[in-house]
Amino acid sequence: MIGIEHYVAVSSILFVLGVLGIFLNRKNVIIILMAIELILLAVNLNLVAFSSYLHDLTGQIFAMFVLTVAAGEAAIGLAILVIYFRDRGTIAVDDVNQMKG
Amino acid sequence: MDLTHSLRLVAPEELLSVVGLALLLVSAWAGGARAARAVTWIAVAVLAACAVLVVPALSGVAPADASAFGGLYAADAFSAYAKVLIYVAAGASLLVAPAFFEKAGAMRAEYPILVLFAALGMGIMVSAQNLMTLYIGLELNSLAAYVLAAFLKTDERSAEAGLKYFVLGALASGILLFGMSLTYGFTGTTSYAGIAAALQGGMAKGALFGLTFVLAGLAFKASAVPFHMWTPDVYEGAPTPVTAFFASAPKVAALGLTMRVALEAFAPQAAAWQQIVTFAAIASIVVGALGAIGQGNIKRLLAYSSINNVGFVLIGLATATPQGASAMLVYLAIYVAMTVGGFVAVLMLKDADGNQVEQIADIAGLSHTRPLIAAGLAMVMFSLAGIPPLFGFWGKFVVFQAAVQAGMVPLAALGIAASVIGAFYYLKVVKVMYFDDAAGKVTGASDMTHSVLLAASALFISPLGYLLTRCLGSIAQTAAAVLFHAA
Repeated sequence: MIGIEHYVAVSSILFVLGVLGIFLNRKNVIIILMAIELILLAVNLNLVAFSSYLHDLTGQIFAMFVLTVAAGEAAIGLAILVIYFRDRGTIAVDDVNQMKG
Repeated sequence: MDLTHSLRLVAPEELLSVVGLALLLVSAWAGGARAARAVTWIAVAVLAACAVLVVPALSGVAPADASAFGGLYAADAFSAYAKVLIYVAAGASLLVAPAFFEKAGAMRAEYPILVLFAALGMGIMVSAQNLMTLYIGLELNSLAAYVLAAFLKTDERSAEAGLKYFVLGALASGILLFGMSLTYGFTGTTSYAGIAAALQGGMAKGALFGLTFVLAGLAFKASAVPFHMWTPDVYEGAPTPVTAFFASAPKVAALGLTMRVALEAFAPQAAAWQQIVTFAAIASIVVGALGAIGQGNIKRLLAYSSINNVGFVLIGLATATPQGASAMLVYLAIYVAMTVGGFVAVLMLKDADGNQVEQIADIAGLSHTRPLIAAGLAMVMFSLAGIPPLFGFWGKFVVFQAAVQAGMVPLAALGIAASVIGAFYYLKVVKVMYFDDAAGKVTGASDMTHSVLLAASALFISPLGYLLTRCLGSIAQTAAAVLFHAA
């Protein structure tokens, strides 16, 4: 029987993969965008699983909001990436170093 | 609670969103710098109108009258206080923009519109009574802010600032959301009051994880250590009016939101988050003070200064007392005035061709060439350092007083020690301006609006500001009391 703990375990693994995807990836900013989507999907899985477990609709409504905002976030991220590429001609992560921090 | 009552309570948000959308259409039809100037003035007027709309709530509202949309939203004294600061800071960052963007050839109507939407999102953040409302407000603010950071499309540094802010901001939103999903799962609700009721008896491990993730996400938005690494880069790369905006209004919103989450939703388990907040406060103060030493760019220096200041505000939160909360609110009001003044002074540093001067070495001997800018910047620096006759001292004083009253003497002592380290780099800027040989770089003419704004904030942080302490203190106390009634 698949219980709530299995869902939480899977979503935690997805979340950690997403975070690692942002920090370990040294190649391409597009991969970072994919990792961000992975994090948001892990959250959605969590919300929907808890919603079903608690017999409470709030979690599913929350997941709808997250999906909507994620779409807007991806659009803005890609737009910023496009103007960055126009200026620099590259989207390699290692080249994002005009300012050191 | 009926719908008309709810709609009346969210009047500032309605006004901001309707005018923002209308101005978006206007800017699509009428391009050009003149239309952009007109849109800027309309946006400032709307922000002023919103500030007027929220002022009556400052004197306190009964909890039942303040709650809108079935408890999703609250228009109480606390949110009114934060909103006045947010609208004033947003208005100031609109007023300073035209002179800057016209020189950069990027005077577009999108800037005031994005600031309006960001202000709308921040208003929702400080009024939220539910994790869902919180998330929508936070994202509305963040998405506008990512675009603002990259506003100078042809400037490499601005595009890079936008990209860095977006990637790290999206990661922080993800962490925050994960925390919220765990909180929801282990308490069974997303409303602050419900979470507080569920945590009354004790806290499950999962909810503790949720709390930690939520605080980590919020620490990022407020740029508290250890989630501060984006701040210097974004502040340096973003256009200066945008940096002035980032350093003022979103800080108030993020810290107000953190106060609401910690003191309303997680109030029954204060001991759990007090440790986290104490650590973040100390780390922010120390990293902010040490990191600023050796910075050559004045915007980067002010970025570290803002990290440092967030640490002082968090000391107030770490006490978890009403005195601490009202001290935070007083500090935030003074901080907004100091930051706006500081960035306006930076905007006024221009060379003969009207280009911005950002290197500290280039403002050597400013007191000979531009005595008024030098005096304004020196006042801001002394005030940020917390040197007595200036108003910045009062903010630090009330925060430390609250910490001592709550029995957190070591925390207050550490804060005072670190603010002495901080004074070193603030005073270094003053020394460069007043005692070094003139570099003769800053010769450009200043904009009238800039001079007026600098004079206004200098007046507020001057010793004359102490006339306001009683009135500011009582308003902050009313606002802070709201958070403790709910618990």
